[in-house]
Amino acid sequence: MGQQWVQFLAGGLTVGAIYALVALGFSIIFNASRVINFAQGEFVMIGGMSAVSLVATGLPMPVAIAGAVVIAGAVGLLLEKFAVERARKADVVTLIIITIGASILLRGVAQLVWDKRIHALPPLSGDRPIEVFGATIVPQSLWVLGVTIAIVGALSWFFGRTRLGKAMLATSHNRLAAQLVGIDVRKVLFASFGLAAALGAVAGVLIAPITFTSYDVGVMLGLKGFAAAILGGLGSFPGAIVGGLVLGLLESLGAGYVSSAYKDVIAFVIILVVLFFRPGGILGALKSERV
Amino acid sequence: MSAFSPGSARTVPRVSSRTGGLVALALVIALLPFALTNNYFYEVAILVGLNAIVCVGLNLLIGYAGQISLGHAGFFGMGAYGSALLTVRYGWPPLIALTTATAGVALVAFVVGRPILRLKGHYLAMATLGLGIIVSIVISTEDKVTGGPDGMSVPPLTLLGFAVVGEHVWYWVVGACLLLAVWLALNLIESPAGRALRALHTSEVAAEIIGIDCARYKVMVFVVSAAFAAFAGALTAHYSGFVTPAKASFLHSIELVTMVVFGGMASTFGAVVGAAVLTVLPQALTVLKDYEMVVFGALMMLTMIFFPRGVVPTLGAYWQRRAK
Repeated sequence: MGQQWVQFLAGGLTVGAIYALVALGFSIIFNASRVINFAQGEFVMIGGMSAVSLVATGLPMPVAIAGAVVIAGAVGLLLEKFAVERARKADVVTLIIITIGASILLRGVAQLVWDKRIHALPPLSGDRPIEVFGATIVPQSLWVLGVTIAIVGALSWFFGRTRLGKAMLATSHNRLAAQLVGIDVRKVLFASFGLAAALGAVAGVLIAPITFTSYDVGVMLGLKGFAAAILGGLGSFPGAIVGGLVLGLLESLGAGYVSSAYKDVIAFVIILVVLFFRPGGILGALKSERV
Repeated sequence: MSAFSPGSARTVPRVSSRTGGLVALALVIALLPFALTNNYFYEVAILVGLNAIVCVGLNLLIGYAGQISLGHAGFFGMGAYGSALLTVRYGWPPLIALTTATAGVALVAFVVGRPILRLKGHYLAMATLGLGIIVSIVISTEDKVTGGPDGMSVPPLTLLGFAVVGEHVWYWVVGACLLLAVWLALNLIESPAGRALRALHTSEVAAEIIGIDCARYKVMVFVVSAAFAAFAGALTAHYSGFVTPAKASFLHSIELVTMVVFGGMASTFGAVVGAAVLTVLPQALTVLKDYEMVVFGALMMLTMIFFPRGVVPTLGAYWQRRAK
């Protein structure tokens, strides 16, 4: 019984870390533009699928992964440059519909470039399970957790220490004030899409050996990432991480102890309950309405 | 602050004469059969009408009250399955089943409406999305009752003892229902309740100050839009004779919101146009086979880039400028 508990915990944290990475992407773009980027899941898919293709061409794994992240990042930048940038005067809802269009377009392109089959990426260090406290864990899970921790560290350095990172934070707090001190908020938005896409791609590469990948994995992963970002508090980076991990654990424990068919129902019911008591998410600050 | 309520004065539409639009819509519905040369065209037109009924209701919520819902396919699915189960399992007459299902969904919307509508913007989007997903998972999982992912068959509608069958009869039934839906929506918009909705869209605090009970009006419009969706869902189930969980899915919810925004928020005829374009387009694009999704996605993006306020309001503003 004790081992089972550890097993569910490990599974939940692994999936949760992936959700956290996707949620961070949502929050980064939200902070720069107030837009929910419905194409965020597609970045995850592009990361995973590109890595599969690059590995198939015989490239070594690290190069393939770097390549996949660069490809997804470039797609993110193109999306910003040719769609979001052009519609920047439009309402937020219009921008959101543009990202929905982009997600359909990207899924369509993925279908053409690749196919509709399910692909597997080889794990980073074999697939022999490790025994931890009586639970069996695939090594890839440790990679997921390790890389996520490293990325969180790198992001806190980026937002705390670099000019661009600080500019992005400043823009999220007050766009007008940021412009006033000379920050180019358009560049911030551009960079945000690149960064969010790259983060999504990392998540896609990390999860592909465990859950496999195909042209439409982005729909569900994007949805979960959005749920995680909201649960933690939209726009809050610690919130995105907490939200991701909590959502992963809820699903894993729900599937293990209650019903695997209803794991998403359990997770969403709890999200609804949390929102009723904390309408701004777990770590989100509630802003009052200006009149 | 809330991203789904743009709040600027220009999105609040001017009160206009409702009869002109209604007559125009009635004319289109009456004359369209001349262009519908085969049964398949009729089928597409019926689908347009059914989607348009949902969108007219959803537009009241999104366009006028400024409250987003990413879960309306859940209400659509509940209406469809509700009416299907009442007729198949309990042998109710379809018309009574359809009415009961619609009323039942309205009741559900009323119960969940108050806590959910306390949330704002993206948080409301998340809550409604969660609600929709819960409904769709329950429908696909409880296969003993609903037939699961394979769906279930539904008996045809009977009106005054006659079965409503065939595309031609359905066309007129759906057309009449759409006209009724648009008439109801226009009446609501131009009533004091409609003015209250537009006021709370601009600013809830300001609306409260002039004595509008925002929570009550938000729940009311939520219930109305859910009832429209459930009614169209039940109608769709009896029309197609079959219902699957896809009708209640997250993707269907997104489709519905897209239709509303595409046509133009806060424009009832925009909702009808949005439903028409985004229902016909995928049918027309099936000839492109593998390229269908690419072209559809690209067209959606381009339209929203060049018609940022939706097709109908952007074109309307353009023609008004030219007329001057």
